[in-house]
Amino acid sequence: MFSRDRWDEILEALNANKFRTLLTAFGVFWGITILVLLLALTNGLKNGVTADFGNFATNSMFIWTQQTSKPYKGLPKGRRFNFKLDDVASLKNDFPQLKYVSPRNQLGGYSGANNVIRGTKTGAFQVNGDYPEFIKQQPMDIIQGRFVSYSDINAKRKVCVIGTGVVKGMYDKGERALGTYIKINGVNFMVIGTFKVSNSQGDKEEDANTIFVPFTAFGQAFNFADNVGWLAVTAHDNTNITSLKPQIIESLKSRRKVHPEDDRAIGNFDLAEAFGRVNGLFSILSFVGYFVGALVLMSGIIGISNIMLIVVKERTKEIGVRRALGASPWTIKSQILQESLILTILSGMVGISFAAAVIWGLNYALDMNGPVENFANPSVSMSVVFIALFILVVSGLLAGLIPANSATKMKPVDALRIE
Amino acid sequence: MGANSLHVLKGINFDVKEGELVSIMGSSGSGKSTLLNILGMLDEADEGSYTLDNVPIKNLNEKIAANYRNKFLGFIFQSFNLINYKSALDNVALPLYYQGVNRKERVEKAMYYLDKVGLAPWSHHLPNELSGGQKQRVAIARALASDPKVLLADEPTGALDTKTSHEVMELIQGINDDGKTILIVTHEHDIARMTKRIVNLKDGVIIDDNFVEQIRATQYV
Repeated sequence: MFSRDRWDEILEALNANKFRTLLTAFGVFWGITILVLLLALTNGLKNGVTADFGNFATNSMFIWTQQTSKPYKGLPKGRRFNFKLDDVASLKNDFPQLKYVSPRNQLGGYSGANNVIRGTKTGAFQVNGDYPEFIKQQPMDIIQGRFVSYSDINAKRKVCVIGTGVVKGMYDKGERALGTYIKINGVNFMVIGTFKVSNSQGDKEEDANTIFVPFTAFGQAFNFADNVGWLAVTAHDNTNITSLKPQIIESLKSRRKVHPEDDRAIGNFDLAEAFGRVNGLFSILSFVGYFVGALVLMSGIIGISNIMLIVVKERTKEIGVRRALGASPWTIKSQILQESLILTILSGMVGISFAAAVIWGLNYALDMNGPVENFANPSVSMSVVFIALFILVVSGLLAGLIPANSATKMKPVDALRIE
Repeated sequence: MGANSLHVLKGINFDVKEGELVSIMGSSGSGKSTLLNILGMLDEADEGSYTLDNVPIKNLNEKIAANYRNKFLGFIFQSFNLINYKSALDNVALPLYYQGVNRKERVEKAMYYLDKVGLAPWSHHLPNELSGGQKQRVAIARALASDPKVLLADEPTGALDTKTSHEVMELIQGINDDGKTILIVTHEHDIARMTKRIVNLKDGVIIDDNFVEQIRATQYV
């Protein structure tokens, strides 16, 4: 179908009126550019907002205790209570769908009072008591050494893994941190690793100023016994944590002697639900992108259709001559169709390339000027490019259909008579 | 077309043998162009039959008609009807393109016919770089390119001055001398006199049909 002769024929015809061809092509070029850019910007917004979730495993929730609001089994209302370590074991046991159940405790805090001393240096850092699984829920890059291990947990070793901010605050430049001791609330911990959180937005500084110690050592050193501050629970990929939530909370209530209908006793934050809501918002936004882009593209296509109609009209006599020379109606039709198809695809490709260049420019500017809130890495996937190409092919054919039909509607004898 | 039909031809009966050079004459409205269009399969007769090279031409759909036109017929028009964005060579090669001849052979054949009409040096010129006579000669080369049975010329000299007309007629006579059958529609007597047979049409009927002594165009050139 696309022999070289066909190409020559088509390019000759398109070249015959370059300026008009160019103007016509611009409509489609613009349409596809806007389509791709809209999708890229939507994606950028999405990337920016989802980065706010950090790279915490999204199929997760956090559970903590609050005050009871109902008396139950002889216990008064307004009671404070804690989760215990054995709650973790029983959760793991009762819910095989759960991938990780991490009990967590926290001490001090970012921009709190100084709680860490090393030699003459002091600093205020957030100290977390954690289990080894935690690094899988919130991925971080271990720069040196290692993260907390189960043997640390079992032996209640006083070791710690410190963030880059801590290294900066407590050590001289170039000084080796591994194997040294820092004093947290008066207790010495040996540094066994340093980390940085790779992909976090906004909380970078806070994340860097964090110290992880084994949960058990934390409890012993800071008098938390086996109390658990809160739980970070992650379900396996095939189970939605939101659907498990009521059962988990019910189980915890019965273990902690809380009235089953006491909704205030246990607080939670469902990351999956929040993430899903944001994702839903962005599906709608990309739909809007497609919709608006397609509409703009459509006006470009109508432009092509329009100009092809004029071209056919202008070339009525030429078409008559071609038919007198032996061109079959289908030959003429397919030539008109291919002209419109090629015009559409070519201008579309240029549009996609142009949009790609703009996106590259945006990314370059973002890289140069540092991150912008709620906007990161605007981009489109290859599948969007293929969808755009598909739309172009279909619309090119649509644009050529009416003109192609009108080209062969007239009898050759009438076409030849036109001056 | 339209509600009012008009009977242009009212019973035409004639035969053209191979190798003849026939002119069809008549005032405007006499039906000579309609006759040529029917012969050229650009138009269809309401009744009657038409046989070309022992092939009955009937029940044509556009596809078959296009195929027959391409194989059997070469057209020469009053206004040349060259495609203005194609070079002389490409114009001549166009019927061959529709025959599905490959590119190399097409160029060879087109060059051959361009040479035959004396325009080989102009092969890469666009039509608007050629004079009227040259354009008509390109058109003649194009009509010849597919090696048709019959050449149909509709007022081939209508847009040319006398001298150029005679040059074109000389070329047409030469082609006829090589054995090609040619029909020419004209209303100019001197052009008609250069053919071998004159058919006179009036109001859709043949009023006379005579073989004549051919006047060679070379006498004028």
